[in-house]
Amino acid sequence: MIIFRKQHRVLVQGITGKQGSFWTEKMLGAGTRIVAGVNPKRAGDIYLDAPVYASAKKAMAETPFDVAVMFIPPALAKEAALDAIEAGAKLLVVLTEHIPIHDVMAIHAVARINGTRILGPNTAGLVTPGEGFVGIMPGHNDSIFRPGAIGVVSRSGSLGTLVSLNLTRAGLGQSAFIGIGGDPMIGTTTRDALEALDRDPRTQAIVLVGEIGGAMEEDAAVHAAGMSKPVVAFIAGRAAPPGKKMGHAGAIVGASGGSYAGKRDALERAGVTVVDTPAQIPDAVRRRLAERPPQAASD
Amino acid sequence: MNLLEHAAKTLVLAPAGIATLPGRLCATPEEAAAAVAALRPAMVKAQVPAGKRGKAGGIRPADGAEQAEVVARDILAMTIDGHRVSSVLVEQRATIAREYYAAVLCDPVRRVPLVLFSPDGGVDIEATAARAPARLRRYEVDLLHGFSRDEAEQFTAGLDLHDARGAVIDVLVRLYDAFVGSDAELVEINPLAVLVDGRVIALDAKVKLDDAAAFRQPVLAAAAAAEPATELERRGAAAGLKFLQFDGNVGVLANGAGLTMTTMDVIRHFGGRPANFLEIGGEAYTKSETALGLVLDNPGVKSLVVNFCGAFARTDVMAAGVVQAWHKLNPSVPVFFSIHGTGEDEAIRLVREQLGIEPFDLMEDAVKAAVEAAS
Repeated sequence: MIIFRKQHRVLVQGITGKQGSFWTEKMLGAGTRIVAGVNPKRAGDIYLDAPVYASAKKAMAETPFDVAVMFIPPALAKEAALDAIEAGAKLLVVLTEHIPIHDVMAIHAVARINGTRILGPNTAGLVTPGEGFVGIMPGHNDSIFRPGAIGVVSRSGSLGTLVSLNLTRAGLGQSAFIGIGGDPMIGTTTRDALEALDRDPRTQAIVLVGEIGGAMEEDAAVHAAGMSKPVVAFIAGRAAPPGKKMGHAGAIVGASGGSYAGKRDALERAGVTVVDTPAQIPDAVRRRLAERPPQAASD
Repeated sequence: MNLLEHAAKTLVLAPAGIATLPGRLCATPEEAAAAVAALRPAMVKAQVPAGKRGKAGGIRPADGAEQAEVVARDILAMTIDGHRVSSVLVEQRATIAREYYAAVLCDPVRRVPLVLFSPDGGVDIEATAARAPARLRRYEVDLLHGFSRDEAEQFTAGLDLHDARGAVIDVLVRLYDAFVGSDAELVEINPLAVLVDGRVIALDAKVKLDDAAAFRQPVLAAAAAAEPATELERRGAAAGLKFLQFDGNVGVLANGAGLTMTTMDVIRHFGGRPANFLEIGGEAYTKSETALGLVLDNPGVKSLVVNFCGAFARTDVMAAGVVQAWHKLNPSVPVFFSIHGTGEDEAIRLVREQLGIEPFDLMEDAVKAAVEAAS
């Protein structure tokens, strides 16, 4: 469950908070099926047409959901995440940035046991234009996201938004946007997202928006090498001085790998077209699609 | 955040029951002389958050007070790997029989704590790990189960540790507890020394703390080593902003680390030099007024790019902050905007009406104009 679908039932943890309510309204406006919310102090209320429960476990018992999305501050994130995982969420979208890394390891450990997929932490979420979105993307704005055949994977929400906007303006709509998160220890990787889009029958080409630091782009390149769908990539951080921490804890040029040159080389050797600026992405996608022999609809 | 050796030993290792040698932190040559007189024979060790201190000449023996004063004066005048030495640790000197390596860290790929041990510790552990990876053992910890004696025994099975096996197992279990208890990203003992008298001692210690856990580790966070920073960078940090100052001519104000790095990349692409990194994504997006002040106070800045693409961050809130700050600061450098995403209509209207500036539709065009204006 890496591509969001309109039939997915969504639980919003922290639905009554400032950000929670702001984005719940936007998600509803985009067509997202929000079935319940959580706030222990407001249990029993109806908020934005959704019943509010004291916990995700209580919500699951009365109003089953598939996806939980957290609008929860870092210090309380672990408790909320474990609640959603133990309730049986299939996918947990962790938007929160700056969760202590030991809490993040605990979330991943419990998720492994319960079979919950974790998106993030520090992700902007998932958008499927025409169906809905979950997270903090402008998924309700059709000058940015339009239904189409391009799958977009991005660590960064702001850069992912810009790339999607450029695609939409060039007449290239999106089959799905997958924000994987800017943290170094995330549950769903670039490669996981690439594999999901490779399997997705609506996706004809993939745009991979990476960043310096870590080894996720290199790992994704291993899968890209065997793909028939074209992949175009932009890697942010080429001008970043080595060793400087650029905000995303993940974007550090370490001693071993993670550099711009290493990522670009690994992707290009796997047949991925790597561009220099985001504005070059739509043309590159068009070129790669044009080179491709016509595919059967069942591909 | 990094802890210096002395803080790592006294605040993380010692409370966990891991043995270290008697030592004293000294800020002057006179203090060091007195400490050496009490502890001799001793080592005088530069306290900086950098590796290879020994190779840089920052760790030297001293056997008497006079020698200690000279050595300490030398070391206290050094800059190692960009860090000025402002204190030395005077530590009793011991005779080493063997050197091991032990560490616990967060593995971002496997998403678990990873325990590392090698019987070939010392200054060349990186070379050992590259040359003979089998000599560096790794153990992925099940966080929900922990790392106790049973795991440590299984982990070290088959290694020839002579009489030190029991002590090594003890240290590994305690090191894991220290890692958990201090919210560390990394705790490392290199070398873990077996002395000729049989004691097993943490001769050096490196602790990297998790910035995000500072709120629940106030004592450790307060003891963390200061990062080298410019005055503007310190001002940014005090305001809760991640600001990095570079020797460039085009200032950058963007939201989100990904978009900010990309703006820097595009400045470079068109032949300009980015003057800063400044992230005002996440919750920081409301601080655009403070942010603009930082960018403009960087003396090399000849033009400015404001590049907003709102997802979580609302461009109308950020633009309002910039407009307000612009009126207040009344800067003379030209500014070039590109604004998209959440709140864009209101943000573009604000910039157009309040500053009389028409934002560029393409980020690349805004950057290009800023690079031309700066040169």
